[in-house]
Amino acid sequence: MHAVPTFRKGGVHPPDQKVFSREQEIVRLPLPSELVVALSQHLGAPAKPLKAKGDAVEKGEKIGESVGFISADVHSPVNGTIKEIKTVTLANSVQCDAFVISVDEKQPEDVPKPVDWKKLKKEELLASVKEHGIVGLGGATFPTHVKYAVPRDKNVEYFLVNGADCEPYLTCDYRLMLEKGKEALEGALIAAKILEAKKIIVGVELNKKDAIEHLKQIISEEAWPIEVVGLKVKYPQGDEKQLLKATINREIPSGKLPIDVGAVVSNIGTCYAIYEAIVYKKPLYERIISVTGEGIVNPKNILAPIGTKVSDLLEFCGGLQGEVEKLISGGPMMGFAFFDTETPITKGSDGILALAAKKKARQTPCISCGKCVDACPIGLVPTLMYKQITNHNYEVAMNSLSLMDCKECGCCSYVCPAHLPLVHTFKTGKKMGRKK
Amino acid sequence: MTEQPLMTVSSSPHLHDGSSTANIMWHVSLSLVPAALWGIYVFGLYSLVIILVSIVSAALTEFLLGKIGKECTIWDGSAVLTGFLVGLNMPPSIPLFIPIVASFFAIFVAKWTFGGLGANWANPALSGRVFVFFSFTTQMSTFTTPRTLLEAMPDTLSGATPLGFMKTAVSGGSCGATTNELLSWVGYPATPIAQKISAVLGINAYTIDTFLGNVAGSIGEVSALLLLIGGIYLLIRRIITWHIPVTYLLSSALLSRVFGGLPLGLGIFQGTFFPSMLSGGLLFGALFMATDYVTSPVSSKGKIIFGIGCGFFTFLFRSFGSMPEAVSVSILLMNIITPTIDRYIRPRKFGEKKLFARKEAVA
Repeated sequence: MHAVPTFRKGGVHPPDQKVFSREQEIVRLPLPSELVVALSQHLGAPAKPLKAKGDAVEKGEKIGESVGFISADVHSPVNGTIKEIKTVTLANSVQCDAFVISVDEKQPEDVPKPVDWKKLKKEELLASVKEHGIVGLGGATFPTHVKYAVPRDKNVEYFLVNGADCEPYLTCDYRLMLEKGKEALEGALIAAKILEAKKIIVGVELNKKDAIEHLKQIISEEAWPIEVVGLKVKYPQGDEKQLLKATINREIPSGKLPIDVGAVVSNIGTCYAIYEAIVYKKPLYERIISVTGEGIVNPKNILAPIGTKVSDLLEFCGGLQGEVEKLISGGPMMGFAFFDTETPITKGSDGILALAAKKKARQTPCISCGKCVDACPIGLVPTLMYKQITNHNYEVAMNSLSLMDCKECGCCSYVCPAHLPLVHTFKTGKKMGRKK
Repeated sequence: MTEQPLMTVSSSPHLHDGSSTANIMWHVSLSLVPAALWGIYVFGLYSLVIILVSIVSAALTEFLLGKIGKECTIWDGSAVLTGFLVGLNMPPSIPLFIPIVASFFAIFVAKWTFGGLGANWANPALSGRVFVFFSFTTQMSTFTTPRTLLEAMPDTLSGATPLGFMKTAVSGGSCGATTNELLSWVGYPATPIAQKISAVLGINAYTIDTFLGNVAGSIGEVSALLLLIGGIYLLIRRIITWHIPVTYLLSSALLSRVFGGLPLGLGIFQGTFFPSMLSGGLLFGALFMATDYVTSPVSSKGKIIFGIGCGFFTFLFRSFGSMPEAVSVSILLMNIITPTIDRYIRPRKFGEKKLFARKEAVA
């Protein structure tokens, strides 16, 4: 018997809660009157503003330029005027400058003029990816052109496409695979060409069987050299470390990247963005976002311009209902809770969740049950890390307990019967440890 | 702009599996109920009084100590569980002041002085039991015969536990036989049902009686069957893992099978396998005492080492020691080593070299 591919150690099984929005087709958001396009939408240095207050901008025009090695360009999603440049706080607490763009009533028509990417050289493709401001859309927003610039001494054997969509509630990747599966797969082919990857594997969790079938059908029709692998439903299956373990059984050692084991991982959404950037010369100025959760009247999967304020999204979905306790940007396991509905979405926003109020659980001291140890997919000992950090022994936590290997996936906090703020403590501990 | 409701802002993750410390404690207590009910049935209602007195005194101690720190922690269920465990570990005819002392010692000395829940290094209930055992050894070693054996029991043997009985036999010099043989020589009775099962399955009737709970002993530890049911319940609910009970039971049984015959004057491989697993509170200890979260290692590897250590010491004390209480003392010993195990035995970190390299899977 063939076991269902997954990672071995740790992981949790939160209820997938995708039922709210999984049947909702992707709909385009009617253009809001105002957008707030942040200059720091990616990992790394914020982009340099190219426009000033009062300037007119065009749809797809570059308005922020990448500075430094790890950075990405920012483009205007609309024709409009820069009303002002102000400091905003994003959902993940990053503070940065942002263009407030008042949107023109008249917008240009999209005239698709597809480019045959097969004629382009790998360097041209990579330059084009950079030019169009592509970043990883799974949430980490690492600039894609940096990731794809493979050092000379490294070989890419596998290009892995993450379609796991392992965070509960979120369905944007699922809908993308169903509705834009062909384009996304072609994007994967482009990426593989840039990377000179020998093999392309798409990993999808088995709670999306129809998406797997759909992708497989496209592949067999087009005779593309892509393999689709159904993965066990287990969080965090979509993390690159776990995905690599599940699909090609390779482990990335501490402090290393997928490239060190001969692989590059990208989200399926990123592949779609690459396709649009290369074939239609469309910069990354809009994305698919799931607005869902118990607290949303009509949960939807929305194609929204970057910079849309959450209030506009909520209004489009009929607003909030019931007792909403938290608004979250991203998934419920790793997403950020925020309170201001004027917060704009960024390239990395894959979901806006409104979660219902839950019974407050009492925190007790750690009872050393070891559940966090069993749940940790990286093999850390969260309980000991927690004790060291709360005793301000940051160095012990970092050096002998490998605090820095923690990727804050949230499995430990999810299972902790004492309701200890484990992930919160680790985030603090990392900051304090770096300071020392 | 519409009025915006106030939102909670907190760190991820925003989901939880719904477990809680209190929930776990109450489930462990629940899993002990069948064994307790059996104890009350075979030893009489006085056993119920002992259990209740233990629970109340443990909870009261916790409550009063909570007054000092101005917090009320009895609803986390851990004090009630400790009291329950103490009660189940008392012989059925014990004077009531002893469980009170044991519960008080468990909560006050073993748990509270070290910082309360989660901070104690020794299992509170076991500490309480061991404390009163060495303080009131006579009362703690006086057992009553279960109702199911009462009719057939000769007066001379009344109240002997098979293990205690064997220790006497060994020290008296009558060696050269296993426990079950010794029992049958002196005419220790077996229940009719055990004899019937024995006739069908060919297993020794004494072993069957020990399994079913027709044997003298502490209130909660006699019925191996019901303890197993409780343990399996905890395993299914994922409150405990298999690591400690299985390694504990297996290692002690294996050692007793291989070397257990030696103190009796038999050769190697002459000891028993299953009877040693079932007798003298080993099952109780392995399922409910050694698995105590606070005082056992957190990692699976650590738990296995812990279990084997417990099994080794239990075998050692049982076969070669002159004092009873092998299980309690072994677990307490391993409790001492637990922080060291946790310090040096860690799970394999993702990406680290494996001990045994697996072949690369074909994707």
